[in-house]
Amino acid sequence: MTSGAEEVLFWCLAPLMVIAALGLIFARKAVHATICMVFVMISLAVMYIANQAPFLGIVQVVVYTGAVMMLFLFVIMLVGVDAGDSLVDTLKGQKWIGWILGIGLGITLFSFLGRLTLSGGQGHGSTVANNPAELARVLLGNFVFPLELVGILLVTAAIAALTMTHKRNLTRRIGQKELADARVASGARLTPLPSPGVFAQRNAMDVPALDPQGNPVESSVSRVLRARGQERDAIYDPEIEQLDKAGRPAPSTWDHEIEASSAALDEMPEQGAGVADGEASQSENSSTEKED
Amino acid sequence: MDYANYLYLAVILFTIGGATVLLRRNAIIVFMGIELMLNAANLAFVTFSRIHGDLTGQVVAFFVMTVAAAEVVVGLAIIVSIYRSRRSVSVDDINLLKN
Amino acid sequence: MINASWLLIAIPLVSSAILLLAGKRSNSWGHWLGVLASTASFVVGVGALFELLGKDASERVVDVHLFDWINAGSLHVGAGLRIDPLSLTFVMLVTFVGTLIHVYSVAYMEHDTDRRRFFAYLNLFVASMLILVLANSYLLLFVGWEGVGLASYLLIGFWNHNPNYATAAKKAFVMNRVADVGMIVALGSIFATFGSLEFAQVLPNAEGLAAGNQGMMNLIGIMLLVAACGKSAQFPLQAWLGDAMAGPTPVSALIHAATMVTAGVYLIVRSGAIFTQAPNALLVVAIIGAITLLFGAIVGCAKDDIKKTLAASTMSQIGYMMLAAGLGPIGYAFAIFHLLTHGFFKAGMFLGAGSVMHGMSDDVNMRNFGALSKFMKITWITFGLGWLAILGVPPFSGFWSKDKIIESAFATNHGEGWQPWVFGLVALIGAGITAFYMSRLFFMTFHGKARWSSEESSELVHRHPHESPALMTWPMIILAVGSAFLGLVLSLGDRFVTWLEPVTGHVDEHEPVIAVPVLMIVTLVLVVLGVFLAWRQYGAATVPTTPPHGSVLTRAARADLYQDSVNEAVFMRPGQYATRTLVFGDKKLVDGAFTGLAALIGTIGIGLKKLHNGYIRTYAAMMLAGLIIVLIVAYVIWN
Repeated sequence: MTSGAEEVLFWCLAPLMVIAALGLIFARKAVHATICMVFVMISLAVMYIANQAPFLGIVQVVVYTGAVMMLFLFVIMLVGVDAGDSLVDTLKGQKWIGWILGIGLGITLFSFLGRLTLSGGQGHGSTVANNPAELARVLLGNFVFPLELVGILLVTAAIAALTMTHKRNLTRRIGQKELADARVASGARLTPLPSPGVFAQRNAMDVPALDPQGNPVESSVSRVLRARGQERDAIYDPEIEQLDKAGRPAPSTWDHEIEASSAALDEMPEQGAGVADGEASQSENSSTEKED
Repeated sequence: MDYANYLYLAVILFTIGGATVLLRRNAIIVFMGIELMLNAANLAFVTFSRIHGDLTGQVVAFFVMTVAAAEVVVGLAIIVSIYRSRRSVSVDDINLLKN
Repeated sequence: MINASWLLIAIPLVSSAILLLAGKRSNSWGHWLGVLASTASFVVGVGALFELLGKDASERVVDVHLFDWINAGSLHVGAGLRIDPLSLTFVMLVTFVGTLIHVYSVAYMEHDTDRRRFFAYLNLFVASMLILVLANSYLLLFVGWEGVGLASYLLIGFWNHNPNYATAAKKAFVMNRVADVGMIVALGSIFATFGSLEFAQVLPNAEGLAAGNQGMMNLIGIMLLVAACGKSAQFPLQAWLGDAMAGPTPVSALIHAATMVTAGVYLIVRSGAIFTQAPNALLVVAIIGAITLLFGAIVGCAKDDIKKTLAASTMSQIGYMMLAAGLGPIGYAFAIFHLLTHGFFKAGMFLGAGSVMHGMSDDVNMRNFGALSKFMKITWITFGLGWLAILGVPPFSGFWSKDKIIESAFATNHGEGWQPWVFGLVALIGAGITAFYMSRLFFMTFHGKARWSSEESSELVHRHPHESPALMTWPMIILAVGSAFLGLVLSLGDRFVTWLEPVTGHVDEHEPVIAVPVLMIVTLVLVVLGVFLAWRQYGAATVPTTPPHGSVLTRAARADLYQDSVNEAVFMRPGQYATRTLVFGDKKLVDGAFTGLAALIGTIGIGLKKLHNGYIRTYAAMMLAGLIIVLIVAYVIWN
């Protein structure tokens, strides 16, 4: 076969795969580990194709990388993306055990490989191009029964996943009717807070609404404002009514204070001409308008 | 081309997967280590299949893939359920079978 | 009738079964059924006797085969009966005396609610004893042997609500069991030597096989002697006989005077052919008999309990029989003769003692008796006849049998060596001592001053002696007649010895080292001396009501010559220690091993439990470790 090219492919990909796999051990965040895994999966797919198993390689990408690893990512998102764990182990000595056993396993398996004498690769030769068909021939010929069993297994797994993650209500669902009944029974207010009313002059939140008789309705102001003492009086202001009739907006309530301060300024010696005048004239205008 | 190289690679990946299972505490990462081990085995199967020219190896790898997929489904469902009840995915927190 | 001789055994056995199974329903008629069964046996026995008498002397050994019993490998034992002069003698003794005692018991046990059970056991005893004497093989004899042991146990402990009586029964049974070890070893040795256990194969071949098997013959002889010692209360297994007096008096009369205790003598005489070939064993038999003779006589001098004195006397008289049997073929017939006469006079005396007890409100202490001859005339006369018989006063029975033994004792070993002198002198002295203590008993009971009073006010014990009812006195009378005349009748023309010859073989008598007339006179002088001494101390003088301190020998004799202490120290204590050690060892070692093993496994389990720390990664590590080990092993194998 094309041994030269394959070797190059192998030696390029293999170290990267190993590094990525090591990333799985050492990555702090779970998402990083997943990405490393994805790299490994795809590299494996490439290796499969290089090993004259194209069908398997594609399936690796589709099933493993595309489905399984994505599933992992979804679960990580469900669980919490930044749920990492510290490098300090809770189990005493587990780190050493883990490393020693891991390396020991490696050494054991390597020693097996050392004794191995492999015959020259026969390869699949001409059947590579028809690999899916050939595979299907073997699968549905010799391995029909396991195939069916695996199908059942998949169905079972799906049902299992459904059953396990199904949230079960431990209590009966409280519907709208139940909520309404409960509210009526407890004597709470059933309606929303009163709107300002037709005769209201202000619709600020801290000004109580007026009922048809013109009296303020206490409960229209939020309970919090009432408790803080930030409620304001809803005094009937004739000026505002006039302004209303004239179609002009009512001044804001803090105009009184400006008026009062401008009145104080008038009594002071008139020194500043421009601005003070402008202001005074403006305030005079407004005060005269008001006195009208 | 020395096909043993693929086998060595498979062994290394297998070892790394095993070490992951023992060393990481996050359940999902442990699971990924298991997946890595399965994949390493798959690589070995495919390599042997090529060496012997027998498609059975690929068929077995195919089955392994399928079963691994099913296993991932169930395993992750379990992890999600545990997370829902315990709000934790550390494998060390699931030690009620102590003694 | 000989072919129907199995009825002898079957009738009492069935009667016993009926009486035991019928329960309280049969309380009103049970005792009569018992008497009837015993009488029926007697009738069958008489019939067999007449049939045998009608035969020629050479044909008088008949084996009646009943059924095939054991066929195991090379051991073939058939169950059958041997009808010959020896066995029929015993049959007559057992059934005749037994029937009389059954009749006596009807009246003696009248006030006992368990009378029916008593008769059931009596019948059981009669059946077992008949099996013993009629068996045609050693194995069947052993069955009867054990059966009489069982009946003896049941009867001694009849009133088992009293713990002392129950203990006495246990003691008798256990000591008999010890002796049975000897019997079993003997059975095994007989089988090993002769290849069979049946008399027909063993006894005729004894002479032929003796040459090369001298050691075995001696062994068999010694072992049979051990068995006989236990059953016949010979030294060193005699301690149970005194305690066996805890049973009702008819039991003492029947079992421990006339029949069961003579089974040992029967065994030895029956195995005479073997003993003749084992002179060493025979010598031991004679020595044991001599020792017991003196032992019983000494003990009997110091006992105040009338029944225990009679028991000691039984022990001593059986010592005479053993001595006779140990003298070799010349003595076998005399032993049986004395056995027969002894059965009559001893049973008669025991029944008399029962009568005295009946009249004196079940008191056994002779120091409370005295001057009873005026109040219990028939008892006095019958007892007196028995007394004269045991003394050996002519012409009563004892004279004929005991004197023959003394003569044979002086004639052992063809008159050479030390044997004639030692055995002869022992027998002579024993006769003198017997005269002394039996006279002591007689005078203390029936003569002298009354040490009781029928008045309330007196300081003496309060008693109302009266004669016993007819059912009790008639058996005593019949037995007294036997005591008086049986010996004379049987020794006329040596007819008894000739009668037994088919079994014992014909032996020419030897001349004793002292001439026969001299012997007779010396014996009589000793007897008169003994009677005189007893009269002087117990008949003429006042007998103190509290036992005096006495000399060392007296006190030792009161304590049965310390046999019980010896038994305790030599056998019981070490045995107890051995069992205690074994129990301790069993608990600590064997049980300890098991519980220790369980505890060990538990500890290992607790230790292993620590591996379950609940962490998945630990489990994964363990799995991986296991995998690595498996791989290494596979690698090694692969290489």
